Amino acid sequence: MTGTGMAPREFLTDRLMLGLVALVALVLGMPSLKPLFATLFPRLDRPLYEAESFVRLTLDHMALVGLSSLAAILLGGSAGIAVTRPWGREFRGLLETVATMGQTFPPVAVLALAVPVMGFGPEPALIALTLYALLPVVENMVAGLDGVPAPVLDAAHGLGMGSAEILFRVELPLAAPVILAGVRTAVIINVGTAAIASTVGAKTLGLPIIVGLNGSNQAYVIQGALIVAALAVVIDAGFDRLAGWLTRWSQR
Amino acid sequence: MIDFERVTKRFGSWTAVDTVSFTVAEGEFRVLIGPSGSGKSTVLRMINRLIPADEGTIRIDGEDIAALKPEALRRRMGYVIQSVGLFPHWTVERNIATVPGLLGWPKARIRDRVTELLELLNLDPRRYRGAFPHQLSGGQQQRVGVARALAAEPRILLMDEPFSALDPITRTSLQTELSAIHHRTGTTVVFVTHDMDEALRLGDSIAVMDHGRLIQCATPLEILTRPASPLVRDLVGREEWGLKRLAVETVGDRARRQESVTGEPLAAETPLHRALSEMVARGTERLPVVDGDGRPAGVLHLSDLVRPVPGGTASGGTA
Repeated sequence: MTGTGMAPREFLTDRLMLGLVALVALVLGMPSLKPLFATLFPRLDRPLYEAESFVRLTLDHMALVGLSSLAAILLGGSAGIAVTRPWGREFRGLLETVATMGQTFPPVAVLALAVPVMGFGPEPALIALTLYALLPVVENMVAGLDGVPAPVLDAAHGLGMGSAEILFRVELPLAAPVILAGVRTAVIINVGTAAIASTVGAKTLGLPIIVGLNGSNQAYVIQGALIVAALAVVIDAGFDRLAGWLTRWSQR
Repeated sequence: MIDFERVTKRFGSWTAVDTVSFTVAEGEFRVLIGPSGSGKSTVLRMINRLIPADEGTIRIDGEDIAALKPEALRRRMGYVIQSVGLFPHWTVERNIATVPGLLGWPKARIRDRVTELLELLNLDPRRYRGAFPHQLSGGQQQRVGVARALAAEPRILLMDEPFSALDPITRTSLQTELSAIHHRTGTTVVFVTHDMDEALRLGDSIAVMDHGRLIQCATPLEILTRPASPLVRDLVGREEWGLKRLAVETVGDRARRQESVTGEPLAAETPLHRALSEMVARGTERLPVVDGDGRPAGVLHLSDLVRPVPGGTASGGTA
């Protein structure tokens, strides 16, 4: 197993490293690509988005994704834990409905509803992204905890573990790969969706895209989209690596 | 000592356990047997409060368990289940160390105890201490399950069909090891099974349950010779009754102490059906017997095996 297991792992390592290199190169080196974009789009007066630095936009984009994902993990995670406890079982249907609604609601609509209440800026974006990321987190938290084998729980109770010990030392570690998959989906979705948040004034990598779409500047759109894509690849590859570490005990 | 006093448990309209009273003495090996749904597992799981009793009182050493903290109560008892339930993300060592860890034993003491238990259950500590459950066979997993249950030296060991899922050879060897452990440690054992041969083999006493009620609680010999109901007789079965009857007595019980004869001797604690098998295999009607220290303890004759004893026949005492 070790022999065949090494090859894909090396490949993943490469994907992460290549993605990181591409991301850093794009973010830092975009200004030096100005002549290239000028050649590709000769009719554009301004072939490079220069209103904000791409470093600033990328950091803000990551901060928005990170904060909203963290909020979704804390909220969705604790709600998922609560409805799998004996005292919270009744609320399971309600929670799943709410989480599904959060996902079916288009993020643009959430943004539109949040702006009149909270004004322009990153706050409505944070709310929309958090709601959007809830469903995969909740779903996978519940599925992961449900998937813990009943005999293992029976033994844990029978040996005299307390409910907190069972949750933190048995249930969460065993459910971790499934939980992580949910977090991964949530974060990846948010990397893409955060671009839309620029419509309500949050400074993200969506800004050049939206400005470019409004002003028929394809170069701006490509510049924003390239970095968003690179960011998504890096984060996805990072989660791949994390998942590999998490499941190593079962692959020995 | 475990004491059930008129204990009842209902699940909805179904009465799983119906006013059951019994006592398990200190150090006794008590088997609970009965068909599926007879309430035997529910009784077992009420002892460590995995299932709370609706009515009646359960006492451990005179203490009402309803007044104890469930976790503290369970840490004083070993618990072994048919599906083992090892923690798949923990090594064998960490699995066995579960209860000592919860009780806050020092690390060195836990480590020594794990080594001792692995050796007790015939698992090489060097090889298996760091192994993960999925690397073990079913029989090895249950050995670790038993070791985990015994880790904190419990006075009571609860076992719910622990060997039912194992192949016959592994089952027999684990039964033998469990008997030896029981004799050595003097732990009180409550053992649920649906296999009468296993019950006759292991139990000091056997409690037969049906539809939530206790039908009969008696020694293996009495269960065989004086079954309290047709159900008990069916559980024992007609097939090879005579061999089962022989299996609950030992060579030492029937040997003629004053005699001696040459040949490879049998140990006094050998069950009689094995002695019969030996006689057939060797083509002899007399076998020398030795006691636990290897000293001559008489001679067993073939005729001693069929010697009528009170309640000694299949029809005896069935009224």
